[in-house]
Amino acid sequence: MTDRGVGVAKTILFLLSLGPLAYYAWSFQQDSLGANPIEALTRGMGDWTLRFLLLTLAVTPLRKLAGLPWLGRLRRMLGLFTFFYASLHLATYLWFDQFFDWPAIAKDILKRPFITAGVTAYCLLLPLAATSFNAAIRRLGARRWRELHRTIYAIGIIAIVHFWWMVKIDTREPLIYGLVLAALLGIRIWWREQERRRQEAGAYGRNMAARVITITPRR
Amino acid sequence: MNKSDQPPPSEITSRATFERRREFMRLAAGAIASLGLPTAQGKESLAAKPATAYSTTEAPTPYAHVTGYNNFYEFGSDKEDPARYASALRSRPWSITLDGLVKRPRTLAIEDVQRLAAMEERVYRLRCVEGWSMVVPWIGFPLSVLLKQVEPMTDAKYVSFESAVQPDVMPGVRRKLLDWPYQEGLRLDEAMHPLALLVFGLYGEVLPKQNGAPLRLAVPWKYGFKSAKSIVRIRFTDRQPNTSWVTAGPTEYGFYSNVNPEVDHPRWSQAKERRLGEILKRPTLMFNGYAEQVGQLYTGMDLRRFF
Repeated sequence: MTDRGVGVAKTILFLLSLGPLAYYAWSFQQDSLGANPIEALTRGMGDWTLRFLLLTLAVTPLRKLAGLPWLGRLRRMLGLFTFFYASLHLATYLWFDQFFDWPAIAKDILKRPFITAGVTAYCLLLPLAATSFNAAIRRLGARRWRELHRTIYAIGIIAIVHFWWMVKIDTREPLIYGLVLAALLGIRIWWREQERRRQEAGAYGRNMAARVITITPRR
Repeated sequence: MNKSDQPPPSEITSRATFERRREFMRLAAGAIASLGLPTAQGKESLAAKPATAYSTTEAPTPYAHVTGYNNFYEFGSDKEDPARYASALRSRPWSITLDGLVKRPRTLAIEDVQRLAAMEERVYRLRCVEGWSMVVPWIGFPLSVLLKQVEPMTDAKYVSFESAVQPDVMPGVRRKLLDWPYQEGLRLDEAMHPLALLVFGLYGEVLPKQNGAPLRLAVPWKYGFKSAKSIVRIRFTDRQPNTSWVTAGPTEYGFYSNVNPEVDHPRWSQAKERRLGEILKRPTLMFNGYAEQVGQLYTGMDLRRFF
C-alpha cells in the first residue's frame, strides 16, 4: 500500500472512530438513550474504550496473519482513541456520578475495587498516550519505548476485571470481551514460545556444529 | 308560543341530571387525560381511589420509564429485556397458593384475590439497589388483607414469596441467572405493615407484564428486588426464608435490604441515587424516606449486621 493509500485509510478510520461519540452525543441530545441516559452514556463510553483497546491489540496479529504490513501504521490512532474514550468514560463518572466531589471520589477509588481497577487502568494509559508521538519514541529509544508500551497487556486485563467486578450477576458480556482479550494475548504468547524454540533450536544446531568442528581434528 | 313546539315534560333533562352529566364528562376527560397513551392504545384500565395519606407528592416518573426500564431477571438482565420479552408471560389463568404455618391454607384465583378489598392508588418511591430510583403510582391494597385470609398461626414469623417460572417464555430462567424460582421474603410484621402493598396495577391500568403481572409487591422502604413480581405462592414459616439474591451473593445482599444510605453495597456506595429523569444524583433517604412509618420495626437492631 502506498503512503497515499495509508493516508486515506487513516482518514477513514479517524472518521469512523468518531462515530460512537457522534451517536451518543446525538442520542443524548434527542433524549433517545432510554430511561437512564447518564448510565447509558457512561456504559457506552466504557464499552467503546474496551472495543478500541481490543482493536489496537488486534492490529499486530491481523497484520502478520493477513500479511498486510501497512495495518501497523493504523495502530497508534486506535491506541489514542482507546485513551480518548477512556477519558470520556472517566469524565462521565467524575461529572455526572460524583459532580466533582473530590473527597467522595477519593473514597470511592480507595473503597470500591471495580473503581480502583478502572482508575488504575486509566493511570497506566496516561504514559502511553504521552509517549505516542515520534519524538518520544526517538527520545526513549525503540527498545525502551516498546517495553513501556507492553503495559497495554496489563491494562487490558485490568479493564476486563473492572467490567467483571461492576456487573451484578450476569457476567456474559465481560466474559466475551475477556475471551477476545485472551485470544489476542494468547497468540502473542504462542508466537513468543515459537520464537524461543526456534532460537533454542538454532543455538543447539550451532553448538552441535561447533562440537563437530572441535571433534573432527581429533580423528 | 305554540304549546306543541315545546317538548313534553318527560323529555326535559332535569337540572340535576344535566349537572351530573357535566360532572361525568369532566371526570371522564380527566381520567382519560391522566391515563394518556395507555387508554388510547386500548389497555385495560383499573379504577382506584387515591390514598393520599400513603402517597408522596413527588412527580411520578413518566409511564414510558416505569414500564420500559425494569429489573425482572426472569426475562434477562438488561433493563430493556422485560419490556422486550414479558409480553409472552401467561398471566391468565392465575392462582396463588397460601400455605405453611396457617390455619386455613388456600389457593385463590387472581379474580378472587382482586375482590378482597377496594383498590387504592398509592404513589410510592422505588429505590433500586443499583443506585437509581423512580416514583410509581401503584394500584392495589395492603398485603395484610390477603395474609389475614389464611389466619397465620402464632409461630409463623416470616413469609416467603415465590414468583412464577415459565421457562419457555423466560430467557433469564433458561440461562440460570439466579436460582429459580425467584424467592423473596419478609418478616411477618413487615409484611403486615400498612405500607406493604399488594399491587395489581399502575398508572390507572392493569399491571403491565414487565412490571410483574398479574400481582406483585411494593415494599417501598426496601430495595426494589424485595418486591417480588408475578407471585404464585406465599408461605408462612417460623424461620427466615432463603431468598434468591442472598443465595446469589450472601456478602452483597441481605435478607432485610432496607434502603440505608449509611450501609454501602460492598461494591458501590448507597449514599446517593439517580432519580430517573434527573441528571445529577440526589441523597438517598433512610428507609427510602419512610423512616417515620417503619423505623419502629427495627428498634434495637444493628442495621449494619442485619443489612
